[in-house]
Amino acid sequence: MRPSPVRLLNILVPIKRTVDYAVKIRVNPDQKGIDLNVKHSMNPFDEIAVEEAVRLREKLKDEVKSIKVVTIGPPKAADVLRTALAMGADAGIHVEVPEAAPAPEPLGVAKALRALIAREKDGVDLVIMGKQAIDDDAGQTGQMLAGLLGWSQATFASKLVVDPKAKVAEVTREIDGGLEELKCQLPLIVTTDLRLNEPRYASLPNIMKAKKKPIEKLTPADLSVDLTPILETIKVAEPPKRIGGAKVGSVDELIAKLKEAGITAVKA
Amino acid sequence: MLRLRSALRAAPLSRRYATAPGPHALVFLEHRDGIIDAGSLSALTAAQELGGQVTGLVIGSPEQVKGVVEKARKLKGVSTVLHSASEQYAHSVSEAVSPLLEKLLGESSPYTHVVSAHSSAAKSILPRVAAQLDLPAVSDITSLVHDSASNSTTFTRPIYAGNAIATVKAPSSLRVKFFTVRSTAFKASSADEGVSAEAQAVDPVEASSPTQHVKTDLTKSDRPELGSASRIVSGGRALKDAKTFNATLEPLADALGAAIGASRAAVDAGYADNSLQVGQTGKVVAPELYMAIGISGAIQHLAGMKDSKLIVAINKDPEAPIFQVADAGLVADLYTAVPELVEKLKQQS
Repeated sequence: MRPSPVRLLNILVPIKRTVDYAVKIRVNPDQKGIDLNVKHSMNPFDEIAVEEAVRLREKLKDEVKSIKVVTIGPPKAADVLRTALAMGADAGIHVEVPEAAPAPEPLGVAKALRALIAREKDGVDLVIMGKQAIDDDAGQTGQMLAGLLGWSQATFASKLVVDPKAKVAEVTREIDGGLEELKCQLPLIVTTDLRLNEPRYASLPNIMKAKKKPIEKLTPADLSVDLTPILETIKVAEPPKRIGGAKVGSVDELIAKLKEAGITAVKA
Repeated sequence: MLRLRSALRAAPLSRRYATAPGPHALVFLEHRDGIIDAGSLSALTAAQELGGQVTGLVIGSPEQVKGVVEKARKLKGVSTVLHSASEQYAHSVSEAVSPLLEKLLGESSPYTHVVSAHSSAAKSILPRVAAQLDLPAVSDITSLVHDSASNSTTFTRPIYAGNAIATVKAPSSLRVKFFTVRSTAFKASSADEGVSAEAQAVDPVEASSPTQHVKTDLTKSDRPELGSASRIVSGGRALKDAKTFNATLEPLADALGAAIGASRAAVDAGYADNSLQVGQTGKVVAPELYMAIGISGAIQHLAGMKDSKLIVAINKDPEAPIFQVADAGLVADLYTAVPELVEKLKQQS
């Protein structure tokens, strides 16, 4: 009997350029969107996804054959690809959409990712992506991609152990009220929760090296996908303002305030 | 020309559908230990606001489903309870559950909307099913209006961690409109002993799932559940360690009959279990009283609690952003203020 060939893992990490999490956003006066002339960076959950892919390689060594990062976005989104390459990804794919185009919806993005996966020669065994983007807060793309491909999915992962030979992964997920463990067959889509890992900073030498790594440029037309949103955004408004800011001078005053609001201690 | 043509087409259509059936929502009712989740009860209220028929869906293992169906039939506003039982459905594994939903929502299905709580299980299942039906989904809505004439539904939902509110319209071209509901934005639907909806069994779709459930570890607690508690006492990084966290907050939570929450900083530092995290990436709560103890008030945290009715903050830093949203802020060392508060609350009762 011939020895079975070594199975190698190809990882795809979709990432998104979003308004930096520390920026206090401002709604435009026309109520059509928010002011986007602010600092942008990689969606924090996607950083965790890139980190996890790189850690898998550190653990599994040669069993991880490739780590590709992909982003769908305006020309400037190339920045986050460079960041991911500096963190340790091998190559990038940039599906470029015009600056003025409306932000694609999760369903469109999932279809584009499906098309990308279909054109990968070596196939893709594992997709690691953030559980949600901090701009639209939808939290759908990973699940949609898994649905379109009919693949296994593990959302809100806080621990991931992959066995490339057996083609399985054990995933611990954060669910309402606790944790859940799943055993998933590859190919698999994992979406990352905050506690999965702590992303590394790219070192200067690695940032320099990342400049030489390849980035392939594509358009939605190359993938035969239409990224036009189906849902119509009618308005973007400021949330109702809270009139807070009232301070009290002592615990007694605090208790009086609580009492005023009808809040008293419960009988033991 | 185009406009004329569409007007011509619309005229006979609107006549033919003058008595068209209204919206028909399928509400995914989640349950644990035989009790329907509070979040699902809020989703039910949201579904009723569509103004049409409401069907509940209960799935799970045979022993789970039995009792829950009886409870679901008593819920106000539900006309039919569909139920499907299979060992495969015991743990709501998305890959095992979605084939059933796809079958229920096939081309000839009567359902116009699929509604669920924005819970971890539904968040995993609904987008998967929606994509398989080539439909988008709307997450975490806080209000909705359905226009029967145009068969479109308009939702509001928070974006950018609640720092902006988007109004989005799901057009009539969407055969089924999927959405998850922010439970704190809708009252929980209640039971009515007088009603009894029709129960209808649905055969499970046995599919070989590429994903197997191994085990579930739930955090045990005698306190009210964080997501539905009317009072919450929440602690931040200033609580030093897990022991101090519990020793400081527990007496206060006991005195107020409150649930305990935590900021992300406290969770990351290991003071509290991550199921207690309040914020954009944790739970979104809107209790009567939210007490933030030693929490500075980062925007991610505020996103999870700023809809609370009364916000009280105790922090020694007068510049902490939490004071901008607090209805009553006390600038004090929490290690003296909290015990004093507990003592005085006890005297009161």
